[in-house]
Amino acid sequence: MTSDNRRSAAMLQKYTTRDTANGYAQLAADVLARAKACGATEADIVVADGETLSVQVRVGTVDRLTKAREKRLGLRVFIGKRSATTSTSDFTRESLERLVGDTCSLARAVVEDDVSGLPDAAEMATEQPSLDLYDETVLDTETQIDWAKRGEAAAFAADPRVTNSEGAEFDSSSGRVVLANSHGFVGSYKSSNFSLSVSPIATESETGSMQRDVWYEVQRKFARLASAESIGQEAAKRAVRRLGARKVATKRVPVVFDQETAGSLLANLCSAISGYGLYKRASFLLDKLGQTIASDLMTVYDDGRMMGGLGSRPFDGEGLATRKNTIVERGVLKSYLLDTYSGRKLGLPSTGNASRSVGESPSVGPTNFYLVPGLKSPQEIISSVKEGLYITELIGFGINMVTGDYSRGASGFWIENGELAYPVEEITIAGNLKQMFKDIEVIGSDLVFRGRIASPTLKISEMMVAGN
Amino acid sequence: MLEPVQLAKFGVTELEAQHALDRLNVRDVDYADLYFESRTSESVSMEEGLVKRAAKSVSQGVGVRATAGEKTGFAYSDELTKKDLEIAADTARYIANSPKGDSPVPVPTQRRPTRDLYPIERAKAEVATADRVALLNEIDTEARRYDPRIKNVMASFNTEYKVLAVATSDGTLVSDIQPLSRLQITCIAEDGDNRQVGSFGGGGRVGFEYYREDDRHLSYAREAAREAILNLSAVDAPAGVMPVVLAGGWPGILLHEAIGHGLEADFNRKKTSAFSSLIGKRVASDVCTIVDDGTLPFRRGSLNMDDEGTPTSCTTLIEKGILRRYITDKLNARLMGIPLTGNGRRENYQSVVLPRMTNTFMLAGESDPQDIIRSVKKGLYAVSFGGGQVDITNGKFVFSASEAYLIEDGQITKPVKGATLIGSGPEILTKVSMVGHDLKLDNGIGTCGKDGQSVPVGVGLPTIKIDEITVGGTQR
Repeated sequence: MTSDNRRSAAMLQKYTTRDTANGYAQLAADVLARAKACGATEADIVVADGETLSVQVRVGTVDRLTKAREKRLGLRVFIGKRSATTSTSDFTRESLERLVGDTCSLARAVVEDDVSGLPDAAEMATEQPSLDLYDETVLDTETQIDWAKRGEAAAFAADPRVTNSEGAEFDSSSGRVVLANSHGFVGSYKSSNFSLSVSPIATESETGSMQRDVWYEVQRKFARLASAESIGQEAAKRAVRRLGARKVATKRVPVVFDQETAGSLLANLCSAISGYGLYKRASFLLDKLGQTIASDLMTVYDDGRMMGGLGSRPFDGEGLATRKNTIVERGVLKSYLLDTYSGRKLGLPSTGNASRSVGESPSVGPTNFYLVPGLKSPQEIISSVKEGLYITELIGFGINMVTGDYSRGASGFWIENGELAYPVEEITIAGNLKQMFKDIEVIGSDLVFRGRIASPTLKISEMMVAGN
Repeated sequence: MLEPVQLAKFGVTELEAQHALDRLNVRDVDYADLYFESRTSESVSMEEGLVKRAAKSVSQGVGVRATAGEKTGFAYSDELTKKDLEIAADTARYIANSPKGDSPVPVPTQRRPTRDLYPIERAKAEVATADRVALLNEIDTEARRYDPRIKNVMASFNTEYKVLAVATSDGTLVSDIQPLSRLQITCIAEDGDNRQVGSFGGGGRVGFEYYREDDRHLSYAREAAREAILNLSAVDAPAGVMPVVLAGGWPGILLHEAIGHGLEADFNRKKTSAFSSLIGKRVASDVCTIVDDGTLPFRRGSLNMDDEGTPTSCTTLIEKGILRRYITDKLNARLMGIPLTGNGRRENYQSVVLPRMTNTFMLAGESDPQDIIRSVKKGLYAVSFGGGQVDITNGKFVFSASEAYLIEDGQITKPVKGATLIGSGPEILTKVSMVGHDLKLDNGIGTCGKDGQSVPVGVGLPTIKIDEITVGGTQR
């Protein structure tokens, strides 16, 4: 590192957030007062700010360096039963006054909606526990470059067939969210994320055909990240093992989903039980509360209070306390995911799952949504299959949430006599999610959180695989 | 004629912009630019017969970029003071650890936009909320009138008004005003326990009056309702390899996924695309000629200039089956020594420029669409699609039909449920044996995602026959 580099790195660190939670709370109080003066009967405000440093390295040199700081304010007003939502990144007095005026006139232009409004004042979160979401570590640019370089180098070193790279990326970000409403609720929390992803490309020397894969990790705390080398090595292993992939014949077989692809099935479940899809009658799990929707092996929780969780938060997007909800218990659907509005539409209380992107009215989202692990290792699950498919990647959007019809592009490995025989690609798997959840035959022991939604390996007794 | 936007609109003087560019002027920096953007987005939405939601968002900021060799340094800020510009410039310059450049940065001089593909008056872009509410209400009535089995209608109308200016280290300052709007409708049909969905939409760089012309909004409503009702009687889709006829228009998403992404210059410079080193080679049958054209008036994917200030163009990607060109931005054109095509795009000031598609379509052929269908003994006729995705490196792509029919003995018979089609980009177009004379562009609903950035795009296709592709249904 040259001295010039060090000076620049120090300069970068000064590029920090200027405003405090208290400053934002005061700003929110001013805007709420202004909205009230404008005729709002209720209102809430979200202020979010954050800083990001992202470093991408490719084939050993820096490819892209991105540094930014941003802030946004979102306002939602109610005039009786009418409401509107707005947002801006301009916090000047004139801009905010214009925003309040615009929001109130938009609200006057839409129709009354019987169930619209803030949650009841008595429902607001009364405590804001620390959930270990924030790490004050500020990484300098050189450290991030070093991590990304080491991750990518480990992928190249792991196997001679790794010949190229889409790059390695190390991101760090931190930010604050302040939520305030006209009931007098004011909540605030800080959070951070550190992530490394490595995307190597492996080449088959005889044919020149290429395969890419990626491995990554995300943590709230820098110290919890796995080593750059281990992430790079796993990425290389995943790319190399795809070489020589072929199509298979069209056939109905058992299908084993790895952690990543099983997680996508959990994400489909999550969408199907979202209050908004339900009251619009746009979900295949309509009117199924209290009924068996899945194999009795399946128990699913959504836990907003998991310490250090990537989906954890002390309060939801409307200021209600987050909690641990039982979603599916031994195959029976126990709870939907609801915010105040969708809950009122369905005659149910909110489950504390309001998610809020600044400038939009609340919607529903998971916190830490996961399938409770079983006892079998992934290896034991694969061993139990005589002929079938082990899926490691799904692509495309062939999922109909209204009917549950499911058809996606897949790649992975063909299983013969309990062993991974060869890689496969350019095939699809198809079925219906209603049946697929019921056909879950085995659940693995390997639950790891790499995002807000997580699942162990799982096996579905049979699906249609389309190929040759 | 489009008047140039002054930097004063962003609270910045031309001198301040030049000063920031000058800070980026170190010896190793090949190119630098400042991208100023101001965007107002508005939406109204309806469900259950009520227009309940209205939203508006305003954002403004600057993205500052420097490139040195293959490296890009980038910073952005939502504050536009002289000091913020300086900090961003110093951050972007971090990638080039070299002394001050020898030649001074020229003062950016304002260049007039060379064309005006979407001359929409601001007043027409900013329509009273009440008018938009009325539009959605009429849609609800029309869709429900189509069939009593339509039980819910969801519709949204979104508009965006984007003003941007780009000041570059090569001394130019160019600006554009980019209006964009879209109307999207989804219907839920119910018949006993059978519930199905249908959707339709359209838009472009058009004013509000576009949606009322010839009651276009009502025809969209009927289309969404028709698809939902049709799906009530859909049978399970077949599984396996078979001939597929794609209808014209939006099924052009095939081109976007199968070849478009693979021809973006960044992947080819890095040699990570299945199309790397295939220029001049056959990648399609000789009935296929495919272009990317950013110059079509009022189209969703069209631009007067790209986000680096390069005028957009019509680029022939594949000519009678032979791969001719990649689509480029400045960085990749320079590094690869190939022509600039005006495809350098970014989602907003917070994103870096990448080579991206505009409107991608296949030129019309000579076959009669009816003959194309009659030529299939047993196969699939796909009319409408949801989304698609591609793995650039191995070339495998998917796209999912939302309205499709069986073809049996040359006749279109039963509607089938949605299914995903999967193929290999460099191979699939070699299996196109017939191209119809009925080129159609899509209605203006496409959004393309790459590297986390979304940009509006268009696609188009005449009716075509693919001799074989894998269809991911559930029935043998």
